[in-house]
Amino acid sequence: MKRVDETLKSELGRQGIFTTTLQDLYNWGRTSSLWPLNFGLACCAIEMIATTMARYDLARFGAEVFRPSPRQADLMIVAGTVTKKMAPQVVRLYNQMPEPKYVISMGACAISGGPFKQGYNVLKGIDRYIPVDVYIPGCPPRPEALIEAFMALQKRIDAQQLTGTNRPRHLNADEPSEFAVPQFGAHDLQPAKNPAVWNAPLVQISQTGNDGSGKN
Amino acid sequence: MDLEKIKSEVEANVPGCRLETVANPSPSVQHSLRLDPEHAVAVATFLRDAVGLRFDFCSNVTGIDWPPTEVSQKVKVRRLVEGVEQEVDEVQKTTTPGSIEVVYHLFSIELKHGPLVLRMSTQDRDAGVHLPSLTHVWRSAEFQEREIFDLFGVVFDGHPDLRRLLMWDEFVDHPMRRDYIEPDDFEYEPTAHDEVLRRAQQHQSETRPADEGGIR
Amino acid sequence: MSTAAFPAAVLPTQQIGSEPTSGPSTEQLLELSMGPQHPSTHGVFRMNVVLDGERVVRLKPVFGYLHRNHEKIAESETYLGSMPYTDRLDYICPLTNNWAYALAVEKLAGIQVPERAEYLRVIVGELTRLQNHACLVGFLMQDMGCSGTPLMYAFRQREMVLDLFEALTGARMMCNYMRFGGCRVDLPAGWLDQTKKVLQQFPRFLDEFERLLIGNEILMGRTQGIGVLSKELAVSAGISGPMARASGVDYDIRKVDRYGIYDRFAFRVPLGSHGDVYDRLMIRVLEMRESLGILDQAMRDLPAGPIVDPKTKIRGFRPKPGEAYGRIEAPKGELGFYLISDGSPNPYRYRVRPPSLINLTVLEDLCLGHNVADIVIILGSVDIVLGEVDR
Repeated sequence: MKRVDETLKSELGRQGIFTTTLQDLYNWGRTSSLWPLNFGLACCAIEMIATTMARYDLARFGAEVFRPSPRQADLMIVAGTVTKKMAPQVVRLYNQMPEPKYVISMGACAISGGPFKQGYNVLKGIDRYIPVDVYIPGCPPRPEALIEAFMALQKRIDAQQLTGTNRPRHLNADEPSEFAVPQFGAHDLQPAKNPAVWNAPLVQISQTGNDGSGKN
Repeated sequence: MDLEKIKSEVEANVPGCRLETVANPSPSVQHSLRLDPEHAVAVATFLRDAVGLRFDFCSNVTGIDWPPTEVSQKVKVRRLVEGVEQEVDEVQKTTTPGSIEVVYHLFSIELKHGPLVLRMSTQDRDAGVHLPSLTHVWRSAEFQEREIFDLFGVVFDGHPDLRRLLMWDEFVDHPMRRDYIEPDDFEYEPTAHDEVLRRAQQHQSETRPADEGGIR
Repeated sequence: MSTAAFPAAVLPTQQIGSEPTSGPSTEQLLELSMGPQHPSTHGVFRMNVVLDGERVVRLKPVFGYLHRNHEKIAESETYLGSMPYTDRLDYICPLTNNWAYALAVEKLAGIQVPERAEYLRVIVGELTRLQNHACLVGFLMQDMGCSGTPLMYAFRQREMVLDLFEALTGARMMCNYMRFGGCRVDLPAGWLDQTKKVLQQFPRFLDEFERLLIGNEILMGRTQGIGVLSKELAVSAGISGPMARASGVDYDIRKVDRYGIYDRFAFRVPLGSHGDVYDRLMIRVLEMRESLGILDQAMRDLPAGPIVDPKTKIRGFRPKPGEAYGRIEAPKGELGFYLISDGSPNPYRYRVRPPSLINLTVLEDLCLGHNVADIVIILGSVDIVLGEVDR
């Protein structure tokens, strides 16, 4: 499907005729009312709350309506360290959210375990179980960074096409909308990662010249 | 508060108890009192109630793991060497069973003194990990003893509600013990080096064939 | 020597698994799991509640959803390497966490702190107390259903304090400011004037807040007589900080231990007489006013001089074998660090005495017999931060 010619569209607009496409309308609706799930995990949650407060005013982005129920939310902000004890609940909450749904992985812990990476009870990144749309680095990211993540997500939604091969995940019947919830095991979560979502990236550093002393 | 004075006062009032002062060489000069587990509840009750002591506030309860240590000793033994009895040096190894120590820090709110440090040790780290619970003396020990049960595996006899506090119920290990081996999910870091690099490469060699970019 | 009658420790009213002995048959009871995702649990806290209609007959807290293995990680870090982790314990008040840890290490290694550094510690510590209590007040109002406005007011004040922290330490939240034997950086130019401006506004915020809320009839109805904690139970259960003082326990570590230079300041310790949610709320408001007084005195008397003991080694810091327990009066209560050194660069054992966790010991006792909606405000008045509860 070709998009409407932009010059023609603006010309018509000047004449008082409003034209749009279903795709633009659909994306505009999703972009302008991203309702996040009221869900904070750790330190980053405080910065998330600060973002919604008067100084940073997330309401400008149509995202101030924090929903306590996953059934009413479009966006999950994974704000903080995901522990192994919490991970099944996070996946379950994600599964309960209706499509279309998005995930922002806020802060170093949610991305990779962050400073607590060596911990036995710390999940090394929420993307081992659920797909993540936007990552924000920082420990914790400043409110400006969270706003930047919102804008990145909005741009991404705006650019989506309803048809074709690169249409969004939720319009593709083959793509799953729910992911397996890990179970508590005797030593670790079972499974430790969801291979359909995540595999360990290749470690590209060669061992040449590395005698294991830490000095390359 | 003079620790020797407290010790003699307790010994005079709790018949049969065996106390031992443990010196602390650090500049903090917080010396401690080692209790025998059989009389611990009686001693603790006395310390809480006695006029002039009144340690009514049990601030901190924690565990310390002392793993088994191997002590090598050179001894001279007589033995037949090539038909002649000779005196030879032989290394004898003795292993102490190790123990888990539980430490209580007491203060007095009424008389505003403290800290008094109490210690108790388990017999070993396997079957003899039983200690009496002091939750009935100081309620503040309730959650902290549960935490020690969870992370160190000390069984507090007489505790009203001894369950895991932090880890999930299906978990079998005691992660704060020094010989705990954490699950192998720490295989990837963007700038891997040293131990992480080694583990990531080991992981890849196990899960991916070499021609797909496994270990190189 | 006589053992005078002293109230015995009050034990958990019901054990898990045991059925309530009185009241209606168990068929009428409703089991409710509040959390770990719940808008009023201040993070990932969970309570298993058994209800008879609206009335709570049993409540068991479930912890560990934010257990980040701080103590285990610290055993493989150097002493200084654990300092950034302490920021993330009670992530609303990083500077008092820094202080408690620095104090414990200074006790362990026998380090002296220069006078100017002590003053700086008091200034940032009391600023931390101000913004923590302001946040608590806002969150508690939010829990009561007073959505939006009080929390906005509280965060307006908090952002001003965070600007000061950022100017001083470079970070809004994770300050990592204290060092063994002093502080990391000295005050930037104009910082004290800016602080004075912020503090001048603070009494107005408190006045406004009191006018708006404290005398409010609905607020009194919701909080007075709810979640009463007796003095005896508070002492036995190790309750510390504003929560204990709201029950009339006269114990402030700033007065008792006189750590740092707190004996140089004139301030009062507010005490409550009822021990209910209203008292716990008011104690925080009164403590904010006392903190303002301490800050005025500290900024007036701030001496010149070095901010760190030059004899303290930063690299290769190895305390002699031994142990130490150091504690301060953090905004949430007694925050202590128990360290054991075996002479190596890493602590052999590193233990945090978390006030939030121990203050939750009595949560069930406070909630029994009250309604579900009261659980939320009782929990809010305890003032927990999950990073510290679970560590």
